[in-house]
Amino acid sequence: MDAWKGIIRDQMKPELPDVNSGDTVDVHYRVVEGDKERTQVFSGTVIRLRGSDTGATITVRKVASGGVGVERIFPMHSPFIADIKVRKHGFVRRAKLYYLRERRGKSARLKEKSTVG
Amino acid sequence: MIGLICRKKGMSAVFDDSGRHTPVTVLEVGPCPVVQVKTLEVDRYNALQLGFDPVRPKLANRPRTGHFKRAKVEPHRILREFRNFTGEHKPGDVLQVDLFKPGDLVNVTGVSKGRGFAGVIKRHGFSRPGQTHGTHEAFRGPGSIGAASFPARVWPGQKMPGRMGGKRFTVKNLVVIKVDPDSGLMMVKGAVPGAPGGIVNIRKVG
Repeated sequence: MDAWKGIIRDQMKPELPDVNSGDTVDVHYRVVEGDKERTQVFSGTVIRLRGSDTGATITVRKVASGGVGVERIFPMHSPFIADIKVRKHGFVRRAKLYYLRERRGKSARLKEKSTVG
Repeated sequence: MIGLICRKKGMSAVFDDSGRHTPVTVLEVGPCPVVQVKTLEVDRYNALQLGFDPVRPKLANRPRTGHFKRAKVEPHRILREFRNFTGEHKPGDVLQVDLFKPGDLVNVTGVSKGRGFAGVIKRHGFSRPGQTHGTHEAFRGPGSIGAASFPARVWPGQKMPGRMGGKRFTVKNLVVIKVDPDSGLMMVKGAVPGAPGGIVNIRKVG
């Protein structure tokens, strides 16, 4: 990291969970409705990590009811992201899992990583 | 008028109060010693001459060494003048980032990235000719550049390809997002002319 980036360090969350492509995650994000605020959860598979510093995002894919694929992009350092919980580390051989979009059901599963760490 | 010399460090983004991701440019501002005070009586105009980026004394040539010696300041690589500077200053005073505070509006002047001999699409934002319906051999050309037997010439000012960039530009009314006096860094919202490492002037608006 370049030294000048120290000035944006307070913009970044000091600790982020170790998220990687293929992981199954629960993203807790804040929703503001009028003057009320609550937390919603989006669970799915991480199919992409991109960006650096404050601009880092993850793309999470899940298959919703009716077999409709839903993908959401979350800026990891956004104040609207309350928490990211990693439930499973998947075993994958590439960084971008776009091929999951063409898969349905059994073939869209990922093996779990044997040594989680 | 308040102004300082800075070096563009690079761009990043921060989350503002409403949580929006806002692009920012990080600038290394000063410290700028006052090297010479120009006055109406002596120089026919009021200005402060500021230095930036200290240079090893060995590398400064003799005219430069002498000029800085007068102000009792270490030689600096960059010298720039700011007219009608607010407040009383004398040679040797050191001006720092703390002249600015978050919320200030600033104008940033610098030399833009050189783009070489650029076509009309990049340089003037022309649209690209159609790619179908029988178009041939016209990929990024300008199209027609004027009428026929009247005026039988091309009007002055017709936009054409040519050298682009490497020119002095001012970006106005950028908001200061953050000032960090410890590191001498400052963040302004939006982009600033030139590449990272380039020298730019900032002036406070108003």
